[in-house]
Amino acid sequence: MNSLLIYSITATSLFTIGLMGLAAHPNLIRKIISLNIMAGGVFLFLISLAYHPDDPGVDPVPQAMVLTGIVVTISATAFALCLARRITEITGSSRLEDKPEDTDS
Amino acid sequence: MPELLVLIPFTAALLCFILKGVLRSLAALLGASLTFSASALLAADVYQNGAIRISLGGWDAPLGIGLSADGLSVIFLLLTAIVGLMVSIYCVPFFSGLHEQPLARHFWSLWMFLWGSLNSLFLVSDVFNAYVVLELVSISAAALAALSGTAASLRAALRYFLTAMAGSMAFLLGVGFIYAQAGTLDMFLVGSSGGDGPLMAMALGLMTVGLIMKSALFPFHFWLPPAHGEAKAPVSAILSALVMKGSFFLLLRIWFNVFQDSSLTVHAASVLGFLGLFAVIWGSYQAIIQSRLKLIIAYSSIGQMGYLFLLFPLVLTTVDAAWKIEAWTACVFQAVSHGLAKASLFLAAGNLIQASGTDNLRSMRNIAGSLPMTTFTLALAGISLMGLPPSGGFVAKWMLLQSILASGQWWLAAAPILGGLLTAGYIFKILSQAFVPGAEGACCKPVCFVMEKAALVLAIFSILIGFRAEEVIFLLTDRICAANPGGFWP
Repeated sequence: MNSLLIYSITATSLFTIGLMGLAAHPNLIRKIISLNIMAGGVFLFLISLAYHPDDPGVDPVPQAMVLTGIVVTISATAFALCLARRITEITGSSRLEDKPEDTDS
Repeated sequence: MPELLVLIPFTAALLCFILKGVLRSLAALLGASLTFSASALLAADVYQNGAIRISLGGWDAPLGIGLSADGLSVIFLLLTAIVGLMVSIYCVPFFSGLHEQPLARHFWSLWMFLWGSLNSLFLVSDVFNAYVVLELVSISAAALAALSGTAASLRAALRYFLTAMAGSMAFLLGVGFIYAQAGTLDMFLVGSSGGDGPLMAMALGLMTVGLIMKSALFPFHFWLPPAHGEAKAPVSAILSALVMKGSFFLLLRIWFNVFQDSSLTVHAASVLGFLGLFAVIWGSYQAIIQSRLKLIIAYSSIGQMGYLFLLFPLVLTTVDAAWKIEAWTACVFQAVSHGLAKASLFLAAGNLIQASGTDNLRSMRNIAGSLPMTTFTLALAGISLMGLPPSGGFVAKWMLLQSILASGQWWLAAAPILGGLLTAGYIFKILSQAFVPGAEGACCKPVCFVMEKAALVLAIFSILIGFRAEEVIFLLTDRICAANPGGFWP
């Protein structure tokens, strides 16, 4: 059992937990947080690729990818939060209702 | 030349955000026509001299960002350019209306950002930048879908955005798997250095699921009808004609340029084909039973996107199939003709909604009498969607049917045949209302001449592309990126 395996298993579990949360929770904030947990899993996996046990150097490419990914995720989260806040302001509820939209709107 | 395709729309986006009034429309139109000309010049260059690849800033493949343009990217770039130019022309009068004027600033800058992101998506040459560009496309597309600011459109936009983000995360995890196995991110090198181990199969699976969530294939279509139905008409046209094609383009790149053939992909390809078949029938059926014009067109997108996925079982289940080229061309042709016809339908629907003030099909009476040009547009675009000769849709469906029969996978033939009939069903449902005489004098408010013409030009393009099939086939077979050591492409 090497360290890469531990990281990969943790990363994929985080990804799955986030995905389940995204699908299962009706609350918008929880959905957005679940998305960030998914992203955390992916970033953990990417950053664990930078380390090679038989190589003293560290691979910079995965780190660059994670940095870019974090920036993208932050902006996406900010945008999703804005939408969620606006929805709460207009409708007073913080859910994506699953019933079909009103036909008379 | 390829870098201009990214630079011009992004600059125009910034200008549109700063400028006001007429100057903003001028900047947008200038940006749109410059991008159109650059796309056309690039297409001519690739057509004559073959695929191009450039490294930005002179940094080579492992360090810098490369842009590559081959036949496939050029076709999608041209589609984006034609639809983009017409939508931009349409939007100048559309966003000078009283209700829409406050939205103009955000619309123009977001739309130019989206155009630039789509162009870079079609030119992308490494898998990680593909992820970044996908995110740019999703964010600007979701923001555009939320533009009208009603509760329904905000909800639809957020649902779309969350689905798209989950898809991007799956895609990024796939990128991680590729890097772990192949040690490179360049699309055209991964195939030769990665082999076909379990990690690569995992990567292909994650990326495919992520991308079909964004292209609204059958089980993941739930976000599409509200998002496309609630948005403003030109936004729906952009979302349906271009944004969905963006993720499909990447799917083609990944399946045919990045990964190597393996036994697993054969089964995955059959699954994709069956999902496509279900999507054609289910989406078209749902379109028939809708009563709102824009929802009919939105469900029709689900059905029409389904055709594209028939490509995978046709090409991949038999080794060195003789009908490979035909199936491949048919699906890309379908993507292009659907893009043109659907953009034209949504723009025409926008005209009808503006004229009659409602989205409900039953209250649109006598549109043939009051808006003859828009009715003609609806009919022309409908002909292309149904696949009647000599339209682009006919060429696509004809080649698709021929390759299905040649491959012996006869059950897939249900898609073009049944799908065509169902499509005729909903197109005639829209058109039949056009000739019902209106009892009340509620109809109609005037519609700007330019808006009617822009939709008509797109519809005419969707018919005319059927006559230029030779050039498209040439681009798709002889101008496909030469440097693809990996991939299923022969």
